[in-house]
Order: sequence, then C-alpha cells, then structure tokens
Amino acid sequence: MTVAVVVFPGSNSDVDAQHAVRVAGANATLVWHKDTDLGDAQAVILPGGFAHGDYLRTGAIARFSPIMNAVRDFADRGGPVLGICNGFQILLEAGLLPGAMVRNRDIKFVSRLVPVRVDQVDTPFTSACRQGQVLHLPIAHGEGNYTADADTMAALEANRQVIFRYVDADGQPCEAGNPNGSARNIAGICNATRNVVGLMPHPERACEAALGSADGLAVLSSLVHGLGVSSSR
Amino acid sequence: MRARVYVTLKPSVFDPQGRVVTDALTTLGYDDVRDVRQGKYFDLEVAGTDAEQVRARVTDMASRLLANPVIESYRVEVLA
Repeated sequence: MTVAVVVFPGSNSDVDAQHAVRVAGANATLVWHKDTDLGDAQAVILPGGFAHGDYLRTGAIARFSPIMNAVRDFADRGGPVLGICNGFQILLEAGLLPGAMVRNRDIKFVSRLVPVRVDQVDTPFTSACRQGQVLHLPIAHGEGNYTADADTMAALEANRQVIFRYVDADGQPCEAGNPNGSARNIAGICNATRNVVGLMPHPERACEAALGSADGLAVLSSLVHGLGVSSSR
Repeated sequence: MRARVYVTLKPSVFDPQGRVVTDALTTLGYDDVRDVRQGKYFDLEVAGTDAEQVRARVTDMASRLLANPVIESYRVEVLA
C-alpha cells in the first residue's frame, strides 16, 4: 500500500512521516501541495510543520492549497486521513474536523515527550492500540490548545470522537497532565465517520527506540495492518 | 476604496494572550485593569466605488479567510 504525505511550503515533518510509514512496513510518497491528485494512495498524512509560515492563523492558508480538494474528496469517500500537529490544525481550518486551536495556555511553545492515552481504538490509526493504552509521544507546538463550542464538545464526547487525551504519570486526564490548556485534555479527535483523525503529538517522531520512544509506531502500524496490505518498501 | 476588518476571539473563547497582557499590566501597577482581550485588524485597498458592494466583498473575504468563524468574530468598516 502507498501512503501520500502532503508537503506544504513550511512542512518540516514530511520526511519523518514518510520514514515512519516505511518503518511500519508500507510505502510512502511525498505529494506537493500544488498537485491536484493523490495518485493511488490508500491513505493520506498531512504532516507537521508551519505550512505557509502559519501566517494569519495556523493552517489557514494551507487549507486553500490545490491538493486540499483531493484530500477532501478522498476523506468524503471514507479514505483514511491523518493530520499530525500542523496537519491537525489544517484539518480544523478546512472543516474536515470540528473545533479550532488557540495559543497554548501559557503562551509558550512546548516541546517535550508527554503521556497520551488512547481512548478509542475503532479508527484506522488506533486499531492496533489497546483501549486506555498510554503512549509516550513528543509534542512541539505553540497552538495546541483545542477549543470548541459546548454543542460541538458534547457531540464529540457522545460520539466517542475524542481519540487521544493528555494524561499525567498515573494515566489520568487531569490539569497536571495537560501541557497546553486543551479543553478536556484533548490531544486528538476524529470526524463523525471516524476515517479522519487529527492529533497534536508526533507519532512519526517516536517510531524507533533510538528516538527515545517507539510508542508512535502503534499509530502507523494500525494504518498499515488495518488496510491489510504489507508492502514492498 | 479602503476597508478595515476587525477580528476578535468570541467572548466564549479563552484568550491566552489577553490573559498574559492583563497580568503584565497588573505587574506594572495598573491594578485597575480587570481584563484584556487581544485582537487584530486588516486594512484593505479594494477596487470599486460602491461602498455597499465593497462591504459585501470584504465581508465575504472576512468570513472565508480573515477570520475563523469557529472561534472569531469580525466587523467590517468601509472607510471610503
């Protein structure tokens, strides 16, 4: 299988994501944001970085990149789409996921390894995880403070669309375990049809023990094994 | 014509930057400051002479790009 990793001007985790997909056992190709089709890709990753400089708002300009029409069509057909960090912010601006990001609670860019609990396993990106499993993943963002209106938040909880939450050392989603002020400790969500997932932590930067954690591999392995094709690298 | 678009976080959305500015003002001795909300504005030069048409165009720009309606409100002024 092939995963398309979209490259925006300012993406900086594109090659990391491509590498991590390969570590998980599938092929990954880089697709430029001005391209208009995704080829034969069976999944799409919008990687981390600072697309278009994050000018105006994070993800606000990237949302209008030509490739996003193809990403939207792919998502509407049920194709698995993963937005990591800036990719998550782009999915929010594009309306492919509900809610929005504001500046971190303490107005600081936070870059460190944090415990993240997998709350739902019925998505293409968590199917190889255990419910309640705690993954140690790096975060690196200035705007990861998720917010949504009360109705949206209620719907997210009722439909089990909160996929990842920040937790403390005991695995509890409390204030002490919340690195950025995100509502309800939300680290990642999915859409109503569960094929589009966005998360602020970087699983692709934690796929090998040499990187300090290999926990992120569970996210990419979920995708590769879920689609049932192991590939030719 | 010139137009100005003010963009602010909706009252229900926590403004971390406004909070920090509030704290800084308090530290400077302005302890009468109760709250600060930070926003931004855009000055646009738009072709056209009909104020209402320009207003409609700029309102469209504000809703599609300049503001994120999920968390922000905007106000359009046509300045002539």
